[in-house]
Amino acid sequence: MKLSRRCFLSFGIGAAAGITLSPLPWKLTDDISIWTQMWPWTPVPPDGAYTYENTVCTLCPGGCGITVRKVDERAVQIAGMEEHPVNKGGTCILGNSGLQLLYGPFRVEAPMKRTGERGEGRWKRISWKEALSEVSSKLNQIRASGNPHQVAAVSGSKEGTVARLINRFMTVYGSPNFMTEPSIQDSYEAMLYLMQGATGSAGFDFENADYILSFGSGIIEGWGAPVRMFLANSNWRTKGTVVQVDSRLSNTAAKMDRWISIEPGTEAALAMGISHVIIKENLYNKGFIKEASEGFDQYKKLVLDAYSPARVSDVAGIDPSVIEEVARAFAASKHPIAICGRGKGDVPGNIHEFMAVHALNALVGNINSKGGVWTLPKNEYIRWPHPIMDKVASLGMQQERVDGAGSKDYPYVQSLLNRFPKKINEGSAYPIEALLVYNSNPLYSMPDTKAVQAAFDKIPFIVSFSSYMDETAKNADLILPNHTYLERYEDVPTPNGLQYPILSLAKPVVKPQLNTMHTGDVIIKLAKCMGNSISGAFGWKDYKGCLKQTLGSRWNQLYKKVYDVDSGFAPNKWVFETPSGKFEFVSSLVKNADENNIGIPHYYPTALEGDEKKYPLIMVPYGSMKRATGYVGSTPFMLKAVSDETLVKNDVLVQINPKTAQNLGLSQGESATLTTPVGEAQVKVNFNEGIRPGMIATPTGLGHTGYDEYMGNGKGVNANQVIGTVEDPLTGLNMAWGIRAKLTRS
Amino acid sequence: MKEGQHDQHIKKYGMVIDLDKCTGCGACMVACMQENNIPFQKDETDKMLSITWLRVFKLDNGKPYPDTDICYLPRPCMHCSGIGEHGHSPCVSVCPATATDYSMETGIVSQIYTRCFGCRYCMAACPYHVRHFNWWDPVWPSGMERSLNPNVSVRMRGVVEKCNFCFQRYQIAKEKAFTEGRTEIEEHEYQPACVEACPANAITFGDLLNPKHKVYKLKQDPRAFRLLEKLHTNPKVYYLSSREWVREAGDNYIENEKVDVEPKKH
Repeated sequence: MKLSRRCFLSFGIGAAAGITLSPLPWKLTDDISIWTQMWPWTPVPPDGAYTYENTVCTLCPGGCGITVRKVDERAVQIAGMEEHPVNKGGTCILGNSGLQLLYGPFRVEAPMKRTGERGEGRWKRISWKEALSEVSSKLNQIRASGNPHQVAAVSGSKEGTVARLINRFMTVYGSPNFMTEPSIQDSYEAMLYLMQGATGSAGFDFENADYILSFGSGIIEGWGAPVRMFLANSNWRTKGTVVQVDSRLSNTAAKMDRWISIEPGTEAALAMGISHVIIKENLYNKGFIKEASEGFDQYKKLVLDAYSPARVSDVAGIDPSVIEEVARAFAASKHPIAICGRGKGDVPGNIHEFMAVHALNALVGNINSKGGVWTLPKNEYIRWPHPIMDKVASLGMQQERVDGAGSKDYPYVQSLLNRFPKKINEGSAYPIEALLVYNSNPLYSMPDTKAVQAAFDKIPFIVSFSSYMDETAKNADLILPNHTYLERYEDVPTPNGLQYPILSLAKPVVKPQLNTMHTGDVIIKLAKCMGNSISGAFGWKDYKGCLKQTLGSRWNQLYKKVYDVDSGFAPNKWVFETPSGKFEFVSSLVKNADENNIGIPHYYPTALEGDEKKYPLIMVPYGSMKRATGYVGSTPFMLKAVSDETLVKNDVLVQINPKTAQNLGLSQGESATLTTPVGEAQVKVNFNEGIRPGMIATPTGLGHTGYDEYMGNGKGVNANQVIGTVEDPLTGLNMAWGIRAKLTRS
Repeated sequence: MKEGQHDQHIKKYGMVIDLDKCTGCGACMVACMQENNIPFQKDETDKMLSITWLRVFKLDNGKPYPDTDICYLPRPCMHCSGIGEHGHSPCVSVCPATATDYSMETGIVSQIYTRCFGCRYCMAACPYHVRHFNWWDPVWPSGMERSLNPNVSVRMRGVVEKCNFCFQRYQIAKEKAFTEGRTEIEEHEYQPACVEACPANAITFGDLLNPKHKVYKLKQDPRAFRLLEKLHTNPKVYYLSSREWVREAGDNYIENEKVDVEPKKH
């Protein structure tokens, strides 16, 4: 057959049309897309039996109940536990991404001993037996030389059985130097002691309150128990008024009913000004003042003499009418609460500010009553017999603490971690030979990182119990890794700020993934290695046994239900444990309370570090739920959620008012050098109209040097590198809410 | 699936997000990442490349201190049903591979990864920027693949992905209902991960057509608005805000833009 051109063309066109109309090309396209997607390296998560297990999250002191979804032995999701009264099914961003902390490669896989220089990252894996004998022989050696007090311990929390076990160990060993991470809880406790004579923590009946006056507290930024605060805030959106006093447009300031922008650090002045109006206009609760308070006349005189709205308006930079308006609204509300403690509450704060704010609660009589501020007794469920101390221990315990807490200079607090590095660097009365660090990362989370590092360099033996290769673990000599929170038992006491006592039990939801050991077990084992005088105080077989015995009859309920509310709890309305038995506006527990008004609520300007001429700006660190600042770092998922107004590539962006930036000749996104008396940092500039002119706000929770790149190693700057501490004159706690700074083009 | 093919009611799943309650905390974003096996990289600061099905945006009123105000706005896929509810959403209309489709049964805009060959027309068409392209193969740091959810397939390089209202949860709820001899699922049985996680209870999810569902009433709230209504995409995500500047920001206009005449009826 002869193939003509015509025939060839029609055949060709026919074939082309046929193929096009046939399913072939579509099938091929489909196949190609499938073939090019079925790569063996794309993980296919194995399926299995689904189970759900309830436990409690201990990543922060918020105490949320969580439900972990498992597929066979794999944990695949964390959700809030619906029935848990604290969070009612909600979770925060950190809690939700907690599985990344369980399965992350930045965990410490086994006990490690340093082989290279400190911080160099060269480690040798050792067995648990070796690790325990390393620590016990070192501690025995220090004790044998008669200096047990030269060992110090830092714990992330002061409550709970593990912290108490460490404290107990220190006691029978003979060292008073048991320190805990500071927070506003310390200031609240000191304030409650001074004004109410109470030894307990502050709880807030937010669920029944209808007017909240917050002096800079980050209600939706991590203050108190975060998820509980979110829920309370959502309720206030429909019933209740929240007024936020803040020198910056924080998230809280933006989301509340009203934002009062004041000069930074003048919160106490404003509180006193509001008092002035309430007293002058006779709006206070006369019953409370007459029956339940002491020293009101003296306080009244001070308030009326020195804090008129006109004077306060000069100090705080607001209109006098605003002070009057707020005072009237506060006093007219049925259940008003005034709260303080800035931002997330990481920095304890100025005790006189706490007293000034709490005096407002007293004026309206809203203390230990519905919708008010309650005092919660210390968690009393841990009732261990007093340990028997040998002579070495008794002598050691008589030594003064390095940080000075509890001494005659600082009688109102139990721990002053902020003073610890300073004392070591200055040359304390005695050196610290060994340091144990549990659930804490001081080399990252304490202000003035450089000074903390210098102090740690002076300590010859540092043991970290961290589950993760954080900054402190990286700089330790020995790491005895703890199980992560999803692999261990632990009692969880009442979360910060909750108004009723609740006890929860964290249970392991997965088997330990690595060669780790519960720190409770490590302490008990360590005690057993160290001879009778110490092991005698630790009669338990293991930590679980200790916990079970401690919780006694509550164990079964806790094991089944995860939480146990003390339903019989009710605050003693208007009953106080001060020497006068009343609420004391002038604290009789402070010697010479009149001298400079040291025992009376009042305002004085904070002496920020740095010379105003050399450092014309004020720098404040600011937190966010999206960036973890405590012992645990931000997870990879959290870093995904961090805004590009905060972090770009490896640069942190400091927030500055466009006007201030233009005066400095800086443009949006430009590189600059941030200098404070404490340190220097390379930053970028972000214009932010929410920042008061003359101020800079630096995000916290960035700039890790531990963990790994997925956890933000090398991303941004740790705000603690550029901020220092300012000691509160009465308590010794850190009250530095800011620092003087300058920002220059680099 | 054609309308009326089954004896069950046609649904139109949607969301109402209360911006007065939203605190911008980001828990929803992370819950979504964990549920949907979203990959992560060492650097996630380039938001054009960072894959987030649900992203929380920050809006501001543009006023100087101290009159400044900010508001956070979580943005999942809007699941546009288009004019006349025919499912002509911007992305579905342009997909040459039928990799994205509008379900008449649920009102969910799906994304079928194995059909997608990465032309990214849908990304260009989506006015809400909800779609993300996998420029790289997903790699989990050693050990971290253990937390992957078996109900969601891991996507690979070269495909587009987006929020699907946690459709796998709908399927699981349907299966459960089926085994129990029910044809309908309850409101609480199908809730996306973000809704479940939100600590502020700011997000509500349900069938917009079902008067018994909370969203039915909430979408009629006087504070309600939707994003870019002027485009007539007919989104199924409603926002609530008591602040007028926020509601106005929902339909943003460039300077001197000619404002559309009468909005079309949906």
